[in-house]
Amino acid sequence: MKYIIVGGGNSVYYLSRSLISKGNQVTVINRNQDECIQLARKLNAVVISGDASNISILDQAGASSADAIFVITLNDHDNLVICQIASLTFRIPKIFTLVDDPDNEEVFNQLGIQNVLSINRILTSLIEEKTGFSDATNLLSLAEGKVNFTKLELSSQSPVINKNLSDIQLPDNTLIAVILRNNTPIIPRGSTTLQEGDQLVVLNSPIEHSKIIRLLTGEK
Amino acid sequence: MKKQSFYILIIGCSRLGVYIANNLSKLGHSVVIIDEDESSFILLDVNFSGFKIEGNPAELETLRQAKIAKADIVIVTTRDDNINIMVAQIAKEIFKVPRVMARIFDPVHEGSYLLKNIDTICPTSLAGDILLKAVTDRDEGK
Repeated sequence: MKYIIVGGGNSVYYLSRSLISKGNQVTVINRNQDECIQLARKLNAVVISGDASNISILDQAGASSADAIFVITLNDHDNLVICQIASLTFRIPKIFTLVDDPDNEEVFNQLGIQNVLSINRILTSLIEEKTGFSDATNLLSLAEGKVNFTKLELSSQSPVINKNLSDIQLPDNTLIAVILRNNTPIIPRGSTTLQEGDQLVVLNSPIEHSKIIRLLTGEK
Repeated sequence: MKKQSFYILIIGCSRLGVYIANNLSKLGHSVVIIDEDESSFILLDVNFSGFKIEGNPAELETLRQAKIAKADIVIVTTRDDNINIMVAQIAKEIFKVPRVMARIFDPVHEGSYLLKNIDTICPTSLAGDILLKAVTDRDEGK
C-alpha cells in the first residue's frame, strides 16, 4: 500500500516506522525543513518539505496514486483543507485525520470529511471513565454519530437489577450488545438476569441516549 | 427612508478587517469583529460601535458566541488562507449565512471547489493584474 502522511512530531515518526515495517511505501510531507532532514535520516521514506495544502506538493508526493493519506498536522484548519484537496482533487480512497477541537469532528463530517478523530475527546472520555465521574461512557460513534456505543455500569441504585432482560422495556433503536460480568463477556438473551456491577455495552441512537441511561442507571 | 442595517460578522482583525469594520460601523450596520489576539483590536476607530470578540475564529464555540447563525454577511479576513477557507465553509455550509466573503492570498484557490458559493477576493491577483497591465501597456505605448 502507498501511504502519504502529513504532519510532524513523534506521531508521524512512529506511524511511518510502523507502516514501513509492514512493507508499505510511505511519503511524509512536513513544513519544517529541519524536521524533514531528521525524518529522512531515521526513516526509509520519501520526505517532502512543503505545505501540503499546496496542490503541487501533494502531486509531487504522488497523491494521485496513493491508497491512503493520514493528515495529522497540529492545526485543524490545515487538516481540513488538505483532506478536502486529497479527496476532491486526488480522490485518495482512504483519508484519515485528527482534530484538536472535539467540535470539529462534526464540523469536518458536515464539510465532507468522514474519518475524523479528536484525541482530546478520546482522552476526556477515558479520563472520565477512569475517574468514574459518570456511570456512562461513550465508547465510539459510528455513521457520523448516528450510532453510539455506550458503556455503563449498574450500581446498587439501578432500577433494572435482578430483572430479566425480557422484562425491560428498551426504547426503540437500542440494543444491549454485551454484558461484562467480572470481566467475562456475556452475550445477553431474554432470560439473562442483570446484576449489580454488570457493565453493559449498549448500541443506541443519540436521540435515545439520555432515555436509556435513565432507564438503566436510575440517574436523573 | 431609513437604510437597511445588516448584522455583519468580520473574522480577523487584520488591516483589511479593521478597514471594513470601521467603515461598515460608520454606515450604521451592526458589526461584530473576531480575533484571537486582543491587542489587534487597537487598530479599530475610537468611534467603532460594534462588538469585539477575542477567540479562535476557527472554533465553533467562538462563532456561536458571535451569533453567526443570525449574520446576514460574514467577511473572513485573517492572514491564514486555510483558516479563511475553513471559516467561510462553516459559515456557508453549516450556518447557511446568506452572503459569505473571504480574502484569499493564493490565486490557486480563487474559484476552486474549496470556496464554492463564497465570494473570494484575492489581493495577489488583483494587484498582480494591475501591475502586469501597467507593464504591458507601457510596452505597447512606445
